[in-house]
Amino acid sequence: MRAGAAHAIEAEARVGAGAEAGLASDGTIVQFDNVGLRYGTGAETLSDLSFSLQEGGFYFLTGPSGAGKTSLLRLLYLAQRPSRGLIRLFGEDIVTMPRRRLPGFRRRIGVVFQDFRLVPHLSAFDNVALPLRVAGVAERDLENPVKEMLAWVGLGHRATARPATLSGGEQQRVAIARAVIARPELLVADEPTGNVDPDMAKRLLHLFDSLNKLGTTIVVATHDLHLISSIGRFQMLQLDRGELLDPTGALRHPPRRAET
Amino acid sequence: MKGGVRRFGAADRRLLPEGRLAGPMPWVIAIMMFLTVLAAAAGLGLGSAAGNLTESMGTRLTVQVMEANPDRREAEAARVLAALERQPAVARVHRLTQGEMQKLLEPWLGGGALEADLPIPAMIDVDVAEGTGDRMDGLRSAVAAASPSARVDSNATWLAPLGRLIGALRWLSGALVLLMIGATAATVVLAARAALDTHRSTIEVLHLMGATDLQVARLFQRRIALDALFGGVVGLAAATLVLLLLGSRAAALGSDLLGSVGLPPLAWAFLIALPILGVGLAMLVARSTILRALGRML
Repeated sequence: MRAGAAHAIEAEARVGAGAEAGLASDGTIVQFDNVGLRYGTGAETLSDLSFSLQEGGFYFLTGPSGAGKTSLLRLLYLAQRPSRGLIRLFGEDIVTMPRRRLPGFRRRIGVVFQDFRLVPHLSAFDNVALPLRVAGVAERDLENPVKEMLAWVGLGHRATARPATLSGGEQQRVAIARAVIARPELLVADEPTGNVDPDMAKRLLHLFDSLNKLGTTIVVATHDLHLISSIGRFQMLQLDRGELLDPTGALRHPPRRAET
Repeated sequence: MKGGVRRFGAADRRLLPEGRLAGPMPWVIAIMMFLTVLAAAAGLGLGSAAGNLTESMGTRLTVQVMEANPDRREAEAARVLAALERQPAVARVHRLTQGEMQKLLEPWLGGGALEADLPIPAMIDVDVAEGTGDRMDGLRSAVAAASPSARVDSNATWLAPLGRLIGALRWLSGALVLLMIGATAATVVLAARAALDTHRSTIEVLHLMGATDLQVARLFQRRIALDALFGGVVGLAAATLVLLLLGSRAAALGSDLLGSVGLPPLAWAFLIALPILGVGLAMLVARSTILRALGRML
């Protein structure tokens, strides 16, 4: 009975914290409702996507090439608005949200791009420091965290190197360090371990796992089944030709955290 | 990490690569500034010349007593002088002396003009008080009563076409300055758009990390302002050299009319302020162009 009460208080506290952070009262951080995406006048790339992501969840997004994984991620990290449907992020409708409010939401999201998108004339240090500088963190306050993050991804000795002088794997690690440096509430990664060796892939995934344990919701698009199996608790989002496979409806109506 | 809009610090200015932002823009602005300063200097110089001419000659009349008989001419000239001195509209009357007449006629008739038996009219310079235009008819009547052979010439009559020409040239120089400002603004718009295209991928990354349009626009407007300052200073320096050279050449001519086309200190101050105004214009145009372009992105 005492344990049950403690559990209920903990659940209530989480809901309270979530409401403060702009989350839905059930801990939903992302909600898609009949979302469709069409580029130009072509066929829909994504059709009728309906699902919810819970705060603190770890999600793998899988599917064959061309299934729409990157398009779905672009919707998640606010690079694109849907052609139809409703998307709620951090408890707010971002489909009709005025664009002047988007930067504030983007600062709460970390992104690892498939093509890294490092700024070519900046050093590894400056690339990793970018989200902190955008957020207005003082120079004296960002030096140590950036150095520590670079060391964590094994690039402490390459802080001054420019992207062109880094290998593909090193660039990917810089991109990951940049995505997580600001401790985002939602981390979206598109094939984040595609260019690194298995040991480094495990190490990076461990970094994601640590972030997840600190409360960050993680969404990783990957083909790598081995990678998926190395994470203990996760949920799968499986896309096929622009549609989400959800035979049980668990993605659309996830069980409440307190129930689980 | 939910901070509001902040300026990028000094370290973040590296977000755009070092060097010129948009190719030849500083040199185009230098040429524009060179032409703008010359056009503005022409307008200001002509304005100053027009002011000087009006001040010194616009209120002057010349009375010629054209009686052929020297005795009667002297008597009529004396009557005219006396009549003019009684007129309230007249500020100063001066009859040209023999020496002054000699100097005046020498270029056309040679040194012995007055000794020859030529009927040279008596010349009287009259300075009219300002704002007495409505009393001129009375003055002319008084002169006619004193000497039927006298003729009154107003300098304002022959100065009027020159004044109109100077006025037209001043309008032209003003229009040229406005055209240059428009062309400079158009150059900045093109440069800003080119810079945006060149750095589009960096801007997208900054946007996706939560940079606001103002943060991005400040990066570009600062760089464009520096380019514009460079171009403005180069253009001003070149134009100043040309103006000083033209001034020395005009002074060497010894012409009263050209000599009056000078630049007062206030005009020089305005010309020196032009590059600063150019930088301000470039910043404003760049900012609005960039914000408009960013507004079309998500």
